[in-house]
Amino acid sequence: MADLVRLSELAVGSQAAIREFVGANSAPLRLREMGMLVGTKLTFVRKAPLGDPLEIKVRGYRLTLRKTEADQIMVEPAE
Amino acid sequence: MALPSHIGSEPSAHSRQPVYALVGNPNCGKSTLFNALTGLKQKVGNYPGVTVEKKIGTSYSQHGQPMTIIDLPGAYSLAARSPDEAVTRDVLLGRRTDTPQPDRILCVVDANNLERNLYLVHQILDLGRPVILILNMMDVARKAGLDIRSARLERELGIPVIPCEAINGKGLVPLRLAMSRPDLPLSKHAWDVPSAIAPAVSELQASLTDNDEKPPFIARAEALLLLTDQDAVHVAGSVALNPRTVEILKHWQTRWQTEGTDWAETLVSSRYDAIGKLCENTVIESPVQNGPSASDKIDTVVTHPVWGWLVLGSIMTLIFLSIFTFAEYPMNWIDDHTASFADWVKSSMSPGDLRDLITDGAIAGVGGVVIFLPQILILFFFIGLLEGTGYMARAAFIMDRLMSRVGLNGKSFIPMLSSYACAIPGIMATRTIEDHKDRLVTILVAPLMSCSARLPVYLLMIAALIPGETVPVLTKVGIMMMMYFFGTVGAFGFAWLFKRTLLKGEPPLMIMELPPYRMPAILDVARHMVERAWLFLKRAGTIILGISIILWFLAAYPKAPEGALPKDQLAQSYAGQAGHFIEPAIEPLGFDWQIGIGLITSFAAREVFVSTMSVVFNAEDDGEDTTPLRYALTSAKWPDGRPLFTPLVCFTLMIFYVFAMQCVATVAVVRRETNSWKWPFFQIGYMTGTAWILSFIVYQAGTALGF
Repeated sequence: MADLVRLSELAVGSQAAIREFVGANSAPLRLREMGMLVGTKLTFVRKAPLGDPLEIKVRGYRLTLRKTEADQIMVEPAE
Repeated sequence: MALPSHIGSEPSAHSRQPVYALVGNPNCGKSTLFNALTGLKQKVGNYPGVTVEKKIGTSYSQHGQPMTIIDLPGAYSLAARSPDEAVTRDVLLGRRTDTPQPDRILCVVDANNLERNLYLVHQILDLGRPVILILNMMDVARKAGLDIRSARLERELGIPVIPCEAINGKGLVPLRLAMSRPDLPLSKHAWDVPSAIAPAVSELQASLTDNDEKPPFIARAEALLLLTDQDAVHVAGSVALNPRTVEILKHWQTRWQTEGTDWAETLVSSRYDAIGKLCENTVIESPVQNGPSASDKIDTVVTHPVWGWLVLGSIMTLIFLSIFTFAEYPMNWIDDHTASFADWVKSSMSPGDLRDLITDGAIAGVGGVVIFLPQILILFFFIGLLEGTGYMARAAFIMDRLMSRVGLNGKSFIPMLSSYACAIPGIMATRTIEDHKDRLVTILVAPLMSCSARLPVYLLMIAALIPGETVPVLTKVGIMMMMYFFGTVGAFGFAWLFKRTLLKGEPPLMIMELPPYRMPAILDVARHMVERAWLFLKRAGTIILGISIILWFLAAYPKAPEGALPKDQLAQSYAGQAGHFIEPAIEPLGFDWQIGIGLITSFAAREVFVSTMSVVFNAEDDGEDTTPLRYALTSAKWPDGRPLFTPLVCFTLMIFYVFAMQCVATVAVVRRETNSWKWPFFQIGYMTGTAWILSFIVYQAGTALGF
């Protein structure tokens, strides 16, 4: 298994799969209800012009989340 | 069950009209479908106690039977995160006493994004009501290379599944046919509650049935919901749970917390697993689609580090240019017509107090607010367009970082920006902000953005401030920009302060969908615009009328002797007396009692200050041309002969108007939007207090420095 990285550390345009939610207040429920679950594949699309929030593509749609949330999501980059 | 009176039509002796709820995620085209189904047979109002729009319409079955359709607010989940979603949840669960529990549910989903859209549907299938599933935007899905086998989904779920293109009116006939069926099957979709949480679900379900008297199906759905709804949003009008049920819930949550069971994840993923199986053979993705979509291409420009700002700036400039150029004609028209209407009333009634009350109080007061309606309409139109195309979410995405500096999120940006034209549409546009505290903070600071009603006051003061026949354009623009700058800094400063003190809360999340760009349905946008404006007039109308009449009364009584000049009448009226009364409070700002009268009367609307000054200083009010009034002002003196409107006083007055809450229409709208008198009063207090303090500092410091 490849090394896990934070979602916020992914390179723009790269793909990854969610492996773990970390942190005290691990990922808000809404993020999961929007389809961000362990095993879900996503593409990191871009950062906002000022570096935050981030835009990802997940389950065929676009979603934004802040860096603070993305820091708590460990992902496995796709080869 | 008796027919609730607000449904609005006569119950037949045999059966009541069937009630359908229309539900779906935001951006799934639900409103378009609602409009297509109900046409003009709609009633728009509010759910009592909350500022959530309530839309009820009537549609007709194939046999001509009327059917009630409740258009519920867009929601991603029944575990509500905003007041909008809370209303949707509560209506579906039958928790609201003001709305009938729907008999049947129409679930609209965006066919392009089936998995996530089906999450809400999956929760709704648990409710044990007949459901019709509508796959909207099939045309877009086809173009994106998605082949959706709706017949297969229909077989799997056992409920009618109807492909549809609401915007082109396609699929409406089969939908109406399905809705006309006297019997609709319940879904046969079987879904196992994960074993880790199953005991908790059954225990909660039992308590909900016994203690809360819920029907069994609802009890199960609600039990499942309670386990995910961690920070449940409660809104006025919903019924609270029995303490026994709450106790069971608390017990399980503590137990899981200690055991380390992530019950929310368990529940959500088992739903997504079930949805995944449903979609497996339903959605066939053709491999043709490889290159970036049109939306992708637009987004690379619109969210580009350089072009993104240019696009945002250009769109905002376009909006403001349209407001200031197009609004002028209807505004002049309204101005002329209220004046001629007042004249007509004057000529057709015998002179007296009643006549003056109608013309100078009611007509003038309401006219003074209605005159801003063209601007408000144009702004609503553009806000609707921004929402309809999908750009609104991009603006929030770009601006989020900046807004987060003061503790807000990107969604506060458009409401605050709109307030440069008029705070009313700005405040009404805050409804898209999910977090209650963020929304309140945005409402509280929005009127600090210098709106167009302040312009006449600024212009008059700048004219009086600068000696010489004509004011150099650059100086004029410079001073004006300064005022806009002060207002903006004030708004952000107070937002920062309120988020840290009064309305302290978690930093808001920015979990937001970026919907694909779409051609907006212009008719829907126009309809929305008219609805919003009508809602404003209806709700704010009585308050505005009331305060206008009070202000008229204060200026008209007690009566001066026959033949007195309007100036003398005003001087000895209650308003004049009030001016004298507040003089000690405003003298440290360099204002005398005559300016005080202007401050009082312009509480109706800021631009009234100009017309009051014309009366007080006996200048001819020529409307546009401020020259005569400017001369009258520059020659006005204190009793001891000092000039009244020194440049410093003019400047101080402008500062006062930047910050003071001088607008009855805004007060009325804030009252409606926050559903209490507490917040508008707080707003008047903090804004006018700040205005006084800053004016005091400016005037005293200016005097000390010898200005």
